[in-house]
Amino acid sequence: MTPVISVAHLSKTYASGFQALKDINLEIRHGEIFALLGPNGAGKTTLIGIICGIVNPSSGSIAVDGHDVIADYRVTRSLIGLVPQELATDIFSSVWGTVSFSRGLFGKPAHPAYIQKVLQDLSLWDKKDHRIATLSGGMKRRLMIAKALAHEPRILFLDEPTAGVDVELRKDMWEMVRALRASGVTIILTTHYIEEAEQMADRVGVIHKGELILVENKAELMRKLGQKQLTLELREPIAAVPPALARHRLVLVDGGSKLVYTYDTQAEHIGITGLIDDLHLAGLRFKDLFTTERSLEEIFVGLVTERR
Amino acid sequence: MNLYAVAAIYKFEMARTRRTWLQSIVSPVISTSLYFVVFGAAIGSRISTIEGVSYGAFIVPGLMMLMLLTQSVTNAAIGIYFPRFAGTIYEILSAPASAIEIVLGYVGAAATKSIVLGLIILATSALFVPLRIAHPAWMLAFLVLTAVSFSLFGFILGIWADGFDKLQVVPLLIITPLTFLGGTFYSTSLLPPFWRTVTLFNPLVYLISGFRWSFFELADVNVGLSAAVVLLFLVVCLIIVYWIFKTGYRLKT
Repeated sequence: MTPVISVAHLSKTYASGFQALKDINLEIRHGEIFALLGPNGAGKTTLIGIICGIVNPSSGSIAVDGHDVIADYRVTRSLIGLVPQELATDIFSSVWGTVSFSRGLFGKPAHPAYIQKVLQDLSLWDKKDHRIATLSGGMKRRLMIAKALAHEPRILFLDEPTAGVDVELRKDMWEMVRALRASGVTIILTTHYIEEAEQMADRVGVIHKGELILVENKAELMRKLGQKQLTLELREPIAAVPPALARHRLVLVDGGSKLVYTYDTQAEHIGITGLIDDLHLAGLRFKDLFTTERSLEEIFVGLVTERR
Repeated sequence: MNLYAVAAIYKFEMARTRRTWLQSIVSPVISTSLYFVVFGAAIGSRISTIEGVSYGAFIVPGLMMLMLLTQSVTNAAIGIYFPRFAGTIYEILSAPASAIEIVLGYVGAAATKSIVLGLIILATSALFVPLRIAHPAWMLAFLVLTAVSFSLFGFILGIWADGFDKLQVVPLLIITPLTFLGGTFYSTSLLPPFWRTVTLFNPLVYLISGFRWSFFELADVNVGLSAAVVLLFLVVCLIIVYWIFKTGYRLKT
């Protein structure tokens, strides 16, 4: 099947000399949810900007549904909807006015029934005559999505859609994204949150310092990223890990006062229950315990190092 | 051609005018009327006719041109600057709309507003002084061409500006002084020869002169030259706008 988006040897160097993207090659499949993970400054927004026509590429090419994004920009842009990271709206306009404006801007004739449906789906219908300035942050976020959907795009870019959004709204947005995918829309979302990628994506790409270092099916990536550590603070320090606990591959730290157990959250058996039982049998008592996971930054650095 | 995009931008800009009608329409009409009352009625009553035209009527084309130039520049500059400032420019740039369509929307709306304001001032003036328009077609042509070319200039200004203060610099420090010195309230033929020659380096002299000729057949410079200067300015602005979209200057990184 022809990919819906095909990025080939894409690079971007800004006038300042900063190289935001380095020889990116990527294919997005029809109807999938693709999550692009990466820390701040990794190049996610630049990549989206180039595909949507907001940023000029330095080299390389991009095709959307087989059409070049520069030569056939009218076709490609009419297929794409973009929800930017920033809540950029004309605060003096009404909800209805701004969504209708977006539809016209993207070359579609007025279709009040469709705009009504979009606003209803996003729980904005009762605010249709309100000025944008009067909306809450969550409503503005949904309004940005309504504007992006106004021209019935087949591809939707969501740039950090849940940044600064509360848990409830985040889950609502996930539901909405799933519903869009069910209607055949291809969705590309960027995020800092592994949990978001885990919940939503079919495939995940990891971008770091302008390089696309990994593109994997979600399940495979989650296995790689899913390591956590359990730290047990002992009542009494010990000189060495008892042999009876060898199978747990524990690490003794802080002068023998703490034991660290590393486990895979995606594994069928993570082994914590067995570890606690074995600690008890070995006569070790602990006064506290806590879990930590590697930060996304650490995971990215690990992945980069691994690739090199 | 994406006419829906042109219409969307045009309607959006016109809606902004309706929302801010006090500032966009009432304020320039009142300020121009004040000029008319002070210079036309108060001072003008002590000035005899200029080449057979009463002073009150003589200044009407100049006042219209003063308002037309400042409003065209300001309206178009704010129209494109505000989306850049607010970040909503992303939507314009990611839309399937060409540079021509974007410019048509913004410049068309700014020029429309200026022309409407010009006609309101003309109608208001007609209440105070007897007016005749010797060449209505030329008057309209000058009105439209000047509004369009200076709206294009305002569009360029709105792209160049990186702060609200810069938006004000050109209308206040360049356009307004040049209009005042370009024969709004007097005929340059009344100046001593040296200063008359100096004023010929002021491009706005040609616009005001040509516009006044369309009313009273009185001109400081040849009307053909006036029309040529307007057209030349239009072409220069079009070339700069073309360059802006080709390079993405201050629009795309």
